[in-house]
This record gives sequence, C-alpha cells and structure tokens, in this order.
Amino acid sequence: MIDGSTWLNADIETVLRRHRYDGTRLIDILWDVQNLFGHIPDEHLPQLASALDRSVPDIVETASFYHFFHSKPSGRHRIYLSNTVIAKMNGYQAVYDALERETGVRFGETDPGGMFGLFETPCIGLSDQEPAMLLDGVAFTRLTPDTVADIVAQLKAGKVGADIANPAGLPRDGIAYIDNLVEPSMRTRGPVFFCDEVDHRGLLERCLAGTPAQTIATITEAGLRGFGGAGFPTGLKWRLGREASGDDKYVICNADEGEPGTFKDRALLTHSPKDVLLGMVIAAYAIGSRHGIVYLRAEYAYLESYLESQLQELRRDGLLGSDIGGLPGFAFDIRIQMGAGSYVCGEESALIESCEGNRGTPRLKPPYPIQQGYLGNPTCVNNVETFAAATRVMAEGAEWFRSMGTSDSAGTRLVSVAGDCRRPGVYEVQRGITLDEVLEMVDAQNAQAVQVSGPSGECLSVQRDGRRRIAYEDIPCNGSVTIFDNTRDLLDCVKDYTKFFADESCGICVPCRAGTIDLHDKVERIRAGNGVQQDLDDAAGWGALVRDTSRCGLGATAANPLLTTWEKFPELYRDRLCTQEYALLPSFDADAALAEYGKVENKFETDGTK
Amino acid sequence: MSIQIEIDGISVSTQENRILVEVAAEAGVYIPTLCYLKGKPCLGTCRVCTVKVDGAVVAACTVRVSAGMTVEVDEPETADLRKALVELLFAEGNHNCPSCEKSGRCTLQAVGYEVDMHVSRFPYRFPVRERDHASERIWLERDRCIFCQRCVEFVRDETTGQKIFSISARGTESRIDIDAERANAMPAEQVRYAVEICPVGAILEKGVGFDVPIGHRKYEIESVRDRALGTTDEAGTP
Repeated sequence: MIDGSTWLNADIETVLRRHRYDGTRLIDILWDVQNLFGHIPDEHLPQLASALDRSVPDIVETASFYHFFHSKPSGRHRIYLSNTVIAKMNGYQAVYDALERETGVRFGETDPGGMFGLFETPCIGLSDQEPAMLLDGVAFTRLTPDTVADIVAQLKAGKVGADIANPAGLPRDGIAYIDNLVEPSMRTRGPVFFCDEVDHRGLLERCLAGTPAQTIATITEAGLRGFGGAGFPTGLKWRLGREASGDDKYVICNADEGEPGTFKDRALLTHSPKDVLLGMVIAAYAIGSRHGIVYLRAEYAYLESYLESQLQELRRDGLLGSDIGGLPGFAFDIRIQMGAGSYVCGEESALIESCEGNRGTPRLKPPYPIQQGYLGNPTCVNNVETFAAATRVMAEGAEWFRSMGTSDSAGTRLVSVAGDCRRPGVYEVQRGITLDEVLEMVDAQNAQAVQVSGPSGECLSVQRDGRRRIAYEDIPCNGSVTIFDNTRDLLDCVKDYTKFFADESCGICVPCRAGTIDLHDKVERIRAGNGVQQDLDDAAGWGALVRDTSRCGLGATAANPLLTTWEKFPELYRDRLCTQEYALLPSFDADAALAEYGKVENKFETDGTK
Repeated sequence: MSIQIEIDGISVSTQENRILVEVAAEAGVYIPTLCYLKGKPCLGTCRVCTVKVDGAVVAACTVRVSAGMTVEVDEPETADLRKALVELLFAEGNHNCPSCEKSGRCTLQAVGYEVDMHVSRFPYRFPVRERDHASERIWLERDRCIFCQRCVEFVRDETTGQKIFSISARGTESRIDIDAERANAMPAEQVRYAVEICPVGAILEKGVGFDVPIGHRKYEIESVRDRALGTTDEAGTP
C-alpha cells in the first residue's frame, strides 16, 4: 500500500484544516472534496482517514451511503432529474428523453469526456412545479424539452448551472435569488405561518422574562405536537430535554424534508426563516442548550447561503451568540449541517448519525435522542414547522393556538398540495378540515384518490373518505397531500412508491432491506397484469411482515402504498389479475425468462453489421 | 428489582431491565437469534427474535423486561414472522448448505431447522456477489453474508480500536468489506473468533474447512436451541 504521507494533497489539507480535522464533520469534508474534484477520489482517502483518525473503509462507509456522493468521475455538470409520481404526471418522460438527447448521455452514466452526468433522484421538494431537476446544485423547474435544450446548449457554451439560473447575477444570499429559482409556493398568509414581519426581538425578550418552565408550560398548554408526522407532544419533549442530565444539550432542526410530495418546509425556510430559527432559540432556552444544528437536505443546498445570511442577521441583532436577547449568560448558536441524499435521515436518530459524520442508520431505541442524541448528549429534534409554530405560540399565547383546530389537534398546519389540481401549493389549514374541503380549496377536478402524508402515509378514496378530517384523531398528516384524478393508474404510483422505499432502505435490517425488494417485484407483477390470486395473497402477507418487523419507520411504512390502496381500491387489483388455467407454477414469468433470449437474438442480428 | 413477567402464559420471576431473550432462555423458552451475541451490545439487525410484547410485535433482543409484561413467543402468527425472516435470508443470498464449510456449524442453517423451514416462500435471487480473498488468512465469501454486523462491531483492531470489517453502499447493495492490511495484523485467536461469531459461512479462515466429520459438528453435538437454553457460551470462544 502507498504510504499516504508521501501523497499529501494541499487542497485536501486545506479542506481538513477548514473543518479542524474533526471526523464528525465528515459529510461537510466529503462535500468539499467532491466540489474540488467532481467526485471523491479513492487516492485521497488515505489522507482523509489518517487526518481524521478513522480507517479508509470507515470513510467509505459514510461516503457510499449517500446518493449525492460519487466515488467515480460523474461529470463536470451533474444533473439530477426528480422522478416522482407527480413529475411523471407532468411530462417527465419527454424531459428525460430530451436530457439524454441533448447531452448524448444515458441516465445513470457519464460521457467519456466527463462533461455530463445524468441521474434520477427522488422528490426534490418541488412537486408544485414539476418536472424539475438539480443542476450543479441549483434547481430548475417546469422543464420542457425546449428549456432542456436551451440549458444544455448554455452548458456546452461554458456556463455553469448557477449562471444559467441567475442571469441577472442576484446575490446568492438574498430572497430575490431564491424566488427567481423556484416559485414561492405559499398560497395563504397566517394565522400561524407566513405572517407579516414579526418583532422577533420583542418576542424573545418577553419569553426570556419568564422562566424556561413557563415557556414549556405555554407550549404544552397550546397543545403543540410535532409536525413531522408522529405528532409527539412538543411540550413533553422539551420538558424531557430540560430534565435530561448533561451540560452540552443540542437543539436540532430537522430540515430533511424528504417525504415525496412535500415542500412546505422549503417555503418556510425561504419565507419565514426567522420564525424557524427563533423557535430553535426558544427551545434552547427551554431545555438549556447552547448548540443548535439545522440539518438541511442536500436538495435544498441553494438555500444554504440565504440561511447563513439569516443566521448572521440574528447574530448581529443579538438573537444568537452570547447574552442573547439581553439575558446575561444565555448563549446559543446555530450551524447548518448539509445532508447528502438519503430519505431515512429524516428519522431523528439517523439524522443525528449523519450529523456525526456517519451512515444514516437509525439507532435502536431506547435511549431516545432526548436522552442520548448527538455525540451522546440530550438532543431535542423538531421539525421546521414545529419550530415556526412554537415561535408563533410564544407570540400569541397558548389559548390563541388552542382556539383553532380540534380538541386533540390544536391549531393549524401547512399542507403541501400537488398532483391533479388547478392550484397546487402550500396552504395553512385548520386541523380538522375535511378532505373534500381541501380538494375544493385547491380546485381539484374529478379526483379519484388522495395520497395523504406521502407514500409513508395512506391512500384515501375521495368517494369513500371525502368527509374524513385531517387531524390526529382521524387522518394524521405530515404535510404531504398528492391528488390523483380518475385518469391516473394508481398501480403505477404504488409501484413507484414501493421502489422508492426499496431504494432508500438503509439496509441494516432484514425485512426492510430484502422485503421491500420482493414487495416491489410483486407489485410490478400484478401491475403488469401477470399476477394471480396467490400473488395478491403473498403481497399482503409480505407487506405485513415488512411493516411489523422492521427496525424503523421506513420499513414500518414501506408497505403502506400497497396495503392502503388495496384496502380502498380492491377492484383495481382484482381487475388486473390474470387467470392461468392449468398453470403448474403461477409465479413463473415467461416474459422475464425469455428476456435474455431477445437480447441474444438482437445481438446476433446486429453483430457484424455495424 | 425483582419483577414478574409472563411468557407464553407462564409466570416468570426475574430482574427488571434484563434483556428479554436472556430472560426467556433462562425460563426455558427458546427465541431464535442470529445477530444477538450474549454479553455484547444489541445489534437489532436480523429481527429473527421477533415476538409479541403486550400485543405489539418487537425484536426480543431490543426489549428490556419490566413488571407485568406479557410475552408471546409460541404463537402461530409470530412464529410465522420469524420463519419468514429466515426464509427471506435464504432467498436473499446464495446459501448452498451441502457445499459450505460452515455446514453443521452455521447458525442460519441451525435456526432454519428450528423454525421448521423447508423452502423459502420468497423467490430465490441468486445474486452475483464478489468474493474478497485479498487478506492473508481470511476469505470473505459474500454469497453467504446476512449483514448481521457482528464482525463490524465486535472484531476491531486491537491497538487502534478501528474497524477491520466495514460496510459499504446501502439498501440491497450493502455489503461487508474487509481491510486487508488490518486483517493481516489480526492475532490468530482473533481470526478464529471472527470466524466463530460469523453466524454463517461468510468469514472463513483460509486453509481450514471441512475439518470436522459430519455428525460431530457444533450444532450436531448440541442443537442451537439447547445451546441457547443451556450454559454453553454462544459468544463463541473458539
């Protein structure tokens, strides 16, 4: 083996120094290395490993987990086309074909000259403006074959993504730049979210005039529950954080909005960032924390400079740093941790692993993060929307928040609505709103089904469930609402959603790693019209196996697309079954078995003729 | 603190906070395991110890007992979940028992018998997996790996504490890698320990194989169930 010390690369050394040789910052370091070389070259791993006191394979463990990290040259311009079911309802295939045609590269590959790399990626948080893609880390929306041709021509002429998206040269840390890249999406203003300029300083001072226990009491009385989906009472989490022993407590904002179909956190981070960040300061005061982290998904990298400037303003205004809000001794600051492409990192313990520079493998619980989280310290992880709501609760009071919504589900929430409707976007709704009311609000015509909470949630039938309510006591919702009209083939969506979970499984536990693959193959078989009754029965049993025995929420919900569409639309599945009379082995797939034959024949015909 | 729990309808007296798999074994109730290693931190990867606790399906190695817990092990639905997980493992990799050096000493094979598996209900995938024989004494046969993480967590470089075995990629592409340089520095007993704790035939010692006659192999002398219920050290001192 080559001795790493003789091959020290000065640029790598600069990166390492910038991150103080801190192995827990491995994700940041890998990003910097990839930005230098276009990928993470094997030859530099020994230098990284020895400087970070980790082994080379240990670095690879982390690097190979995240789908935005590349170990091989992957093009100077890396294009990630969002392949969500919503994109596929809006001209995805034409854009896909145009990208391949214009760049001369196939998806999943890089051209020999190393100019372009084409990749598919799951939801990038732009469901209301699909088809969309990330190019050189910047978002491009509402793509058509024509815009693709124009963009690729500009790249060939020597421009980079950021120039093409921003011809006016707007400063990257300003709101105008973000609004120019992506549409703002929000359709409502208030009562809780996207209100006019809030007096953050005054609010914080009022908060600090009371005790941490009073803050926790207000949040508890308001009935605030986590907006991530599970709905854990926020006041209780903060109280546990306060009571947890440890000098170094952490507050983490989960901005890893990865559930397909949701984009409300992007809107909040763009248009109400200080409500979110101040919520973290309030949480820090409540639990006694000095350190905050915003875990920002890599798909939102174009928000990073803007959010950094927001943090800088808060520091300047004395709302971050030391003696915050004029309270001597109250010190708290926030750093941004970029993700690198992994849905499972939205699970709070996987997110913490990622913050520590590791693979995003969900931890076994207990202990829960609020007891032992980031670097073993008590860590309070809340969703973007939860922090924003907490700020507003502290401003307007518990009673105000409680007066909205239902008895078990206080207040309002944001929903990201997309799919078949005339007015997609981010709406604030009172909890308890019915499905029919949501459909009317967004002007959805001929809606057949609604996927609530994304693939991990449930598929509802408009006909049967229209009067059901979005509230914890009826339909819990994490903010994702995707509408399908009666022209859509739901089994196409079920297949894509099931594939999504198989792709995003971390692989650590057997049922999720292996079971999601078998589940996907079964769904595809039925969808393609090759399934028999036995396949349906198998799918139900295997779905229950994955749901019941998996280690974390990803596996627990991976079968939901199948199980919930089957419950609501059994006829869709039954109508698709084939009957094979006299078949000895119904599971035998003649087409698959003969597929190789077709290739061989094709090869035989073309060999020697080119 | 002394507490009472109920396992399959029988009251069991034990200490609070102990691991359910252990408590059950002492009470004579066998719960199959593949990744769990007595005395080591729980890995919770194989899920083969799935049982019901107070009606909820959980992995028994991850559960610490508390007063009044009701545990169901010998219950048809749960037993079938355990069996399905073992079958999933057989279909996911390439497990050809008759030609495997670990046959008769393989925990996956032994647990397969215990859960009464005959053939996998899942389609066999026959994956193509690359072997790694770069290190001097260890042969990594990935066809048989069940990704339990025992080697990754419990076999570390004795001087630095760094990993010898590691993971790469994710999901179904995940695989175990071996750091040949560090593996070559492993003392002989550590190599044997790594081979012993591998619950399948994925980690093998080069030059060693088929060295015990059929009928005299580990699980033929004492079944995996009897070993779990008895006092034999499953931690695998070679």
